[in-house]
Amino acid sequence: MRFIPHTEEERRQMLDLLGIEHTDRLFEEIPRDVRLNRELQVEGGLSEMELSRHMASLAGINTGVDETVCFLGAGAYDHYIPSAVKHILSRSEFYTAYTPYQPEISQGVLQSIFEYQSMICLLTDMDAANASMYDGASALAEAALMACAATRRDRVVVAKTVHPEYREVVRTYLYGHGIEISEAPFREGQTKVEDAAGLLDNKTAALLVQYPNFFGSVEDLAKLAEAAHAVGALLAVCADPIALGLLKSPGQCGADIVVGEGQSLGNPLSYGGPYLGFLACREKFLRKMPGRIVGQTVDVDGRRAYVLTLQAREQHIRRDKATSNICSNQALCALAATVYLSLVGRQGLRQVAELCLQKTAYARNLLSQLPGYQLPWQAPVFKEFVIKTKVAPDIINRELLKHNILGGLDLGRYYPELAGHMLFCVTEKRSRQEIDLLADRLGALS
Amino acid sequence: MTEKLIFELSLPGRQGVAFPANDVPTTALPELLPQEFIREQAPPLPEVGELDAVRHFVRLSRMNFGVDVGFYPLGSCTMKYNPKVAEDAAALSGFANLHPYQPVELSQGALRLMYETQQDLAEITGMDAFTLQPAAGAHGEMTGMLIIKAYLESKGEIGRTKVIVPDSAHGTNPATATLCGFQVVEVKSDERGGVDLEALKKVLGPDVAALMLTNPSTLGLFEDQIKEIADLVHRAGGLLYYDGANLNAIMGYARPGDMGFDVVHLNLHKTFGTPHGGGGPGAGPVGVKAELAPFLPKPVVIKQEGSYLLDYNLPRSIGRVKAFYGNFGVVVKAYTYLRALGGQGLKQVSEFAVLNANYLMGRLSNHLRIPYPRVCMHEFVASPPKDLKERGIKTLDIAKRLLDYGYHPPTVYFPLIVEEAIMIEPTETESKEILDQFADILIKVLEEARDNPETLKNAPYTTPVRRLDEVTAARKPVLGWLPE
Repeated sequence: MRFIPHTEEERRQMLDLLGIEHTDRLFEEIPRDVRLNRELQVEGGLSEMELSRHMASLAGINTGVDETVCFLGAGAYDHYIPSAVKHILSRSEFYTAYTPYQPEISQGVLQSIFEYQSMICLLTDMDAANASMYDGASALAEAALMACAATRRDRVVVAKTVHPEYREVVRTYLYGHGIEISEAPFREGQTKVEDAAGLLDNKTAALLVQYPNFFGSVEDLAKLAEAAHAVGALLAVCADPIALGLLKSPGQCGADIVVGEGQSLGNPLSYGGPYLGFLACREKFLRKMPGRIVGQTVDVDGRRAYVLTLQAREQHIRRDKATSNICSNQALCALAATVYLSLVGRQGLRQVAELCLQKTAYARNLLSQLPGYQLPWQAPVFKEFVIKTKVAPDIINRELLKHNILGGLDLGRYYPELAGHMLFCVTEKRSRQEIDLLADRLGALS
Repeated sequence: MTEKLIFELSLPGRQGVAFPANDVPTTALPELLPQEFIREQAPPLPEVGELDAVRHFVRLSRMNFGVDVGFYPLGSCTMKYNPKVAEDAAALSGFANLHPYQPVELSQGALRLMYETQQDLAEITGMDAFTLQPAAGAHGEMTGMLIIKAYLESKGEIGRTKVIVPDSAHGTNPATATLCGFQVVEVKSDERGGVDLEALKKVLGPDVAALMLTNPSTLGLFEDQIKEIADLVHRAGGLLYYDGANLNAIMGYARPGDMGFDVVHLNLHKTFGTPHGGGGPGAGPVGVKAELAPFLPKPVVIKQEGSYLLDYNLPRSIGRVKAFYGNFGVVVKAYTYLRALGGQGLKQVSEFAVLNANYLMGRLSNHLRIPYPRVCMHEFVASPPKDLKERGIKTLDIAKRLLDYGYHPPTVYFPLIVEEAIMIEPTETESKEILDQFADILIKVLEEARDNPETLKNAPYTTPVRRLDEVTAARKPVLGWLPE
């Protein structure tokens, strides 16, 4: 029996105490007409040795970013993960724990979340952060709900430069409440303040933008904040935490709620999850925040300690009046982010951000000079950029793959008006040689 | 034992990891970004060496209790052993280093794993189709209830605005119903701990969208009137939602789909052995009957002519609840667990989960009050003996004293309908020896409560920190470290 320690003798002793012959007696609680009268058809029963081999062979069918040169981003990024991160994450005192309901024996998770919340506040220049959400997309959706609750308005404006899947998630979350969504168009790869302002009115709870946006362009947050505030709406920003090592923080630009995808901070790509969403806000919205929050306090002996707090917002206390139904957070992914940010530190995060910026600029410049490729827009970018191609993107990507290069995202898949445009991503992991190789191969195609 | 904050270990100039120098020609910053977009000062993150960071987090880990440290009978949370081989599998480069947008031709192993997991979960629960997208149980609930909403609307049933939940339900159930735009109607439990059928009949009507139910219930009892309940709800035109928190009790014995449930969510981090991570990540797949399948979030994984594909062509889908395809890394661990156990092994899981719970209840039934003295399933709910109340001993005191003996306490004060509730779920991975030791210690704690109540009221004594001032934490929140 796998992972079940009972010997036959123990099992008999246990049945004796219960005064029954067989465990089937315990299942007589289940009425006959709903019992399953056959074996479950689930393959298994593999020994650990067979299982390891099976898993390795399944994994072996896949080809990932460590076997290719990855220029694919679009919400999931191939950043370097320092070795110490995985060693800390493999401490099973952390990963086999539940939500820290018993603070006396959960200070490890609680303090690490407190440190995480602190770091998110420092990156975003917000007053308070929660213990993390499922991912960037759901964090943005919760920010929209939070803004509606805080302003008592039922309309949001979302920039079309926000990740298309994030916009879908926002739409799904708001569907239940019947909240109206308008999408602000883009020009030159950016959300222009006059376009956004044209959609904002005194029924609008929030303007939702991404920073840098889905196309890699840096939005002018300060102007967008001004436009939102002019009608009493909030500015909710979905930010790339790596970029925040270099870019002016959303808080300094006037944002009211800042969320984002934290995968870049020490979490592997893992085919799209698990990741973590961060969510932070100004103090006045604190009690509208969803999710777990850790606070500092003292124990009876006066020692500093940490505890889940402000729980009066949450489902297990407020039930149908809760700010959200969220129950868990992505604690282990948030721990990865905390360890990552501790290791890279104040200077390292800036270095990573500058490496991304420089390499992206180099690649963008190189590609734009190739015949058959042109930059559609001139807006400043951070670690991603859009390029217009003469040859169809799917043909380009198939060709690149022959040279072991994972090419950019075909934007036509999400924006019909951008058919023939590709989104390339260049992180600190890409070398000049790899970028030159990409340019060579693209050049050979046109 | 306390640990400084990482910020308090910081010394300007230290760095835990070095990056290579820039190997492309450097462009001056102002040429790349307008000055007003650039941060004047780097965010004041800590500056520590690698060893400083490693020691800090290892010390923190030693102030934390997990299943690998000791017995964790936290009711409703299914804190079973998390097999190490599953951790190894998820860390394989062929899983951990896949980009979600890489071509499906490069991801056939991953997609096959997802497809087979969908199929297996459908078989285990008796449902027709599954999505792996939701990231947690509550996320699955939201997904499932939105599917119900969209389905009813597609049939023109727009007047169904109410969702019924029993008074014993998890807090997420009513919170989810509200999040999905429904009004919550609570229905009380009968004297056997099940849904009160008469009370249910009174609230059922043309305005009801669904009943959300956990079976076995949060009292650890099998809802034996489930067929009648399903018939009543369906006859009234509503749907039946299954909260899969307690599936560990019935695998291979009964299936929600056969009981009449239309939508289920599962918690891979409870039933299928993936670790809880200190609060996450988990995974909350949702299964539905065929009629509701068109409303599942997109994409779903399908198999066509021997290859696996992501199908986005679901025009009636509720959309998305998460970017990409769900917590894939968690799904890898659950798949590993499924292949370790197989159909027979899963049935043994439930057999021993239920045996362990009944044995422990048997060992403790003369020492605790058991409000519903029936055969329990994978967990049971109890209250402290009456005389302890007179001595001013609360369930919380018992829980805190257990910490001194090296146990994680059971779930306390839930379900809300049981006075001073203690909810015990041993899981199948604990041996008789461990259960006996725990029972002996709990009995000893109850004796201490009688002989010297103050011992309990001031417990714990041996933990890294002792009881905390939670009131001040909430009244004057300090939620982060601030630079001087």
